[in-house]
Amino acid sequence: MSARSAAAGRLRLWQAAWVVARRDFVAVLFSRAFLFFLLGPLFPVIVAALAGGVGQQVAEETGNAQIGIAMETNDVDAMLASWERLRSRLGPAIPPMTALKRLDPGEPFDGRKVMEERRSNIAAVVTGTPHSITLTAPEGRLSRLQGPVSMVAAQAYDYVPPEDPRMTLQPVSTSGAQERSTRIKTAQSAMAMLFLLIMLLAGMVLSNLVEEKANKIIEVLAAAIRMDALFLGKLLAMLAVSMVGITVWASVIGGVIVLAGTEGQLGSQLHGLAPPGVGWPLFFVFSVVYFAMGYLLLGSIFLTIGSMAATVREVQTLSMPVTMMQLLVFFFANFALTQQGSAAELAAIIFPLSSPYAMLARAATEDALWPHALALAWQASAVIVFIRVGAGLFRKRVMKSGPQARRRPGKLRGFLTRLRTRNAAQG
Amino acid sequence: MHTEPGDRPATLSSTDGGAGPLAIEARGLVKRFDGTLAVDGVDLLVPEGAIYGILGPNGAGKTTTLRMLLGIIDPDAGVRRLLGHERPHDVSRLVGYLPEERGLYPSMKAFEAIAFMGALRGVPLKLGRERARELLASYGLDHAADRQIRQLSKGMAQTVQLLGTLVHEPRLVVLDEPFSGLDALNQGKLEGMIRALAAKGTTVIFSTHVIAHAERLCEQVAIIAGGKVPFAGSVDVARDRIPPQVRLETRAPDGPWRTAFPADARQEGRVWHFSLPESGIEPLLRALIEGDAGIVSLSIERAGLHDAFVSIAGEAAARALEAESGGGPGA
Repeated sequence: MSARSAAAGRLRLWQAAWVVARRDFVAVLFSRAFLFFLLGPLFPVIVAALAGGVGQQVAEETGNAQIGIAMETNDVDAMLASWERLRSRLGPAIPPMTALKRLDPGEPFDGRKVMEERRSNIAAVVTGTPHSITLTAPEGRLSRLQGPVSMVAAQAYDYVPPEDPRMTLQPVSTSGAQERSTRIKTAQSAMAMLFLLIMLLAGMVLSNLVEEKANKIIEVLAAAIRMDALFLGKLLAMLAVSMVGITVWASVIGGVIVLAGTEGQLGSQLHGLAPPGVGWPLFFVFSVVYFAMGYLLLGSIFLTIGSMAATVREVQTLSMPVTMMQLLVFFFANFALTQQGSAAELAAIIFPLSSPYAMLARAATEDALWPHALALAWQASAVIVFIRVGAGLFRKRVMKSGPQARRRPGKLRGFLTRLRTRNAAQG
Repeated sequence: MHTEPGDRPATLSSTDGGAGPLAIEARGLVKRFDGTLAVDGVDLLVPEGAIYGILGPNGAGKTTTLRMLLGIIDPDAGVRRLLGHERPHDVSRLVGYLPEERGLYPSMKAFEAIAFMGALRGVPLKLGRERARELLASYGLDHAADRQIRQLSKGMAQTVQLLGTLVHEPRLVVLDEPFSGLDALNQGKLEGMIRALAAKGTTVIFSTHVIAHAERLCEQVAIIAGGKVPFAGSVDVARDRIPPQVRLETRAPDGPWRTAFPADARQEGRVWHFSLPESGIEPLLRALIEGDAGIVSLSIERAGLHDAFVSIAGEAAARALEAESGGGPGA
């Protein structure tokens, strides 16, 4: 193309994408719907907080589960004293013990009945004498409690302080096994966060072209710019909107944490995560980059699927299989994480949709940087291919006008038309 | 005018046989959709600066032809040249297009919508906004500049879109059914706008199924029916294809002089309608005078574009056209 025709020709891909992205970004950001978009993800946070509170309460209640002792008074005291002595050395292996009932000599006690009454906190009942105990508990718990309870009973009367072997404690910060395990935990957490954000945000792209189709703007755009510029512009606009959303949510959540004074608690939770292989600063950079890549990859597919839909209702129908597809990709990437170095991990890295997840997991577990450069180039190429294919399909399918009257009707439609014509003629 | 795909030339010239440069040149355009032939070897030559009409009923292939000319879709066969370029997108910024299905973002303000359409054709946003306000003011819509599209009437919104088609000052304006959906007042305004564009040297090509608009505006037309172009040329040539129509009223209802009427003469009471014979009207008049038929009135009218359309495209196409335009030939 000559310089003159270049000046008269279509906008370049990036210029056209910028025009579209700018319009879409401003249109979304200054719409009332954007407020709901910002508030939307806070509902799951509230639900999660509530669920966490209930869970904690349940955990606390479970943690307070006790073993009830129903024996003669002396035996109860001996058992409790024995438990007191052992608990400091055996820790959580021995659950708390409590006197359920001090029995008179010869007084019978039905431990099974107490368990069936489902009294709170009583996880098991110990009856009989320390020399001959009966442990009543659900089957799964019996095997767990059998050892500790028999130890408490054995030392109830015949207490002889055991002679522990001399032991020197030599703490290290971590072990290979522990580091690997905690880095996988970091990788899983990061992948889960990435999945959550992409699932929340990429779905918006599904209905993104419906507006253009519903408002008949699509032909104006198609006449002026390349279809892939339209796709790219829309994706970039929604990515930018998503970034704004993430920034707002992070700020709000951070503010709430600071206001609630729970930053220490959060810090200790984060402290439980091992530093990623590439280090925290780079890991955050990779998180943003892989989010963008994951968003663009999935978004380009969603945009294509959505562009084939004629109405919002069709888009809604499509959203279920699309969500399932996201889940499958996430499960695949998670599976690959547990198979590091295997063909499954390589497949997860190569398959474009799971690649951002797999590579973020790799950033958490490995310190090498060059695979990320390769993977990002690969993912960017896949984005370009996806956009090109999607735009091509869209252009081919949507931009056909054609004479409706002269189109060959389908068999069913043709049959119905003939039937109607015949009825009308007879009527 | 129809040529088979194999007959089309390998290259295109950029003039219409030396008469002047061409804004659009298309030869043997063919397009199929799912095996259905939508456009079947269309040829078009649109001189620069002309107002050119494409006439045809819905489904004739007008929109598909325009989309192929603009590069929105590619032809399956045939060649096209827009403002001297074989690739329509090479002159995208010199072309304005108003599609048949109008569309604007409802939440956009009128001036922003025009500026956005300019930005799509390479006009910087700031300049586009300035031009948008000027254009709106020049068409008496300055009061609507800051109103959202959804708040405008249909006619106003359509004008806004048309202004968006013009904001980048194109050399060629393509309008697909620009009059549809407009009331008579706005149709008149639009005709004025088209004439003003042509006066500035802009080429305007528009499709329509209302013959009256084409007859009033166009120097040249293409008649399209069933995906083919049976006629393309000046309106005068189209009208000259059929002889002038004679209306003659006699005092006497009948007489031996009736044998002097041409074979196609149709009698309604004492009024006779027929095409002007090649030998002229004089022999008939002589026979009527000698037979004492008594001539009450006589009018000879040149055929209108509607008659030409019927003659060229056939009765069926004409009936379809009339049905879509919601009335008779003058609608």
